Amino acid sequence: MAGKLFPHPLLTALLILIWCLLVNEFRLGTLVFGTILGVLIPIATHAYWPDRPRVPRPWRLAVYVAIVIWDIIVANIHVAFIVLFKRNSDMSPAWVVVPLDLRTPEAITMLAGTITLTPGTVSADLSADGLALLVHALDAPDPDAVRDEIKQRYERRLLEIFE
Amino acid sequence: MLIDALIAALLLSGAFFTLVGSIGLLKLNSPMSRLHGPTKASTLGVGSLLMASMVRAFAHDDGSLHEVLVMAFLFVTAPISGNFIAKVHLHKLRGKPDLAVLPQGDSWASTSRE
Repeated sequence: MAGKLFPHPLLTALLILIWCLLVNEFRLGTLVFGTILGVLIPIATHAYWPDRPRVPRPWRLAVYVAIVIWDIIVANIHVAFIVLFKRNSDMSPAWVVVPLDLRTPEAITMLAGTITLTPGTVSADLSADGLALLVHALDAPDPDAVRDEIKQRYERRLLEIFE
Repeated sequence: MLIDALIAALLLSGAFFTLVGSIGLLKLNSPMSRLHGPTKASTLGVGSLLMASMVRAFAHDDGSLHEVLVMAFLFVTAPISGNFIAKVHLHKLRGKPDLAVLPQGDSWASTSRE
C-alpha cells in the first residue's frame, strides 16, 4: 500500500522541498500543496520510471556535498592560477582512465558530474561496457595521481552512499 | 556596513572567476582544455554572485531562497552540457590514436563501432 502511494519516497521529499523553495515564502498552505504535488507527480510518472534507485545511506550525501563544494572552491583558485600564470607550452593536459567500482547508473552519473564540476578535470565518456570513465585533466604531470584522487576522494564515498 | 562589504567581496570574487573562465576560453589552445574555462565560470563564479544576491536579500529585504534552486539546477545541468561538447570532440577524434587506450581492449561508448 505504502509502496503504491509513494513509488519514489525520495522524489516526493525532493518535490516538496523544491515547491517550498519556488514559492519562496513559508506558510502551511505551501507545505500542503507541495505535499499534494509530491504525492501526485511520482504516481503520474511512475510508468516512465519503473526501477526505484536504491539509496541505502542518503544522509551521507550531505557530507559528500559539503566536501564537493569545498573542493570546488579550492580547485577553482588552483585552476585560476594555472590559467592566468602558466604558459600553454608548460601545461601537460592528459587523458585519464578511471576504472569504476560503482555499478549503479545514478552513482556513476553523480561521479561524472562531480568530476566535471570540480575544475581541472572534465569527464568525457564512459566505456561501452560501463566499467571505466574517460576524464580529461587540464594540467596533470602525473595522471595516475589524478585517477587515485578521484577514486579515493569521491568514488569511495559514493560507494558508501549507493551500494 | 559589514554586510555591504561582504556583498561587495562576493560580487567581486564572482566577477573575477567569471573573467578567468573567459580568459581561459581565449588563451587555452586545444578544444578539450578550453572546456575547463566555462566549468569554472559556472561553478564558483555564478555561485558567488548568487551568494551575494542571497546575503543582500536576507540583510535588506525579507530574504529569498530562490538562489539555492538556481544553484542546484545549474550544478545538475552544467556537467551535461560540458559532456555534450566533449562527446562532439570525441567523435571528431574517431580513428586517431590520440585517445587514452582502455586496458581491457574495450572501446569508449562514443567511438565504438556498433
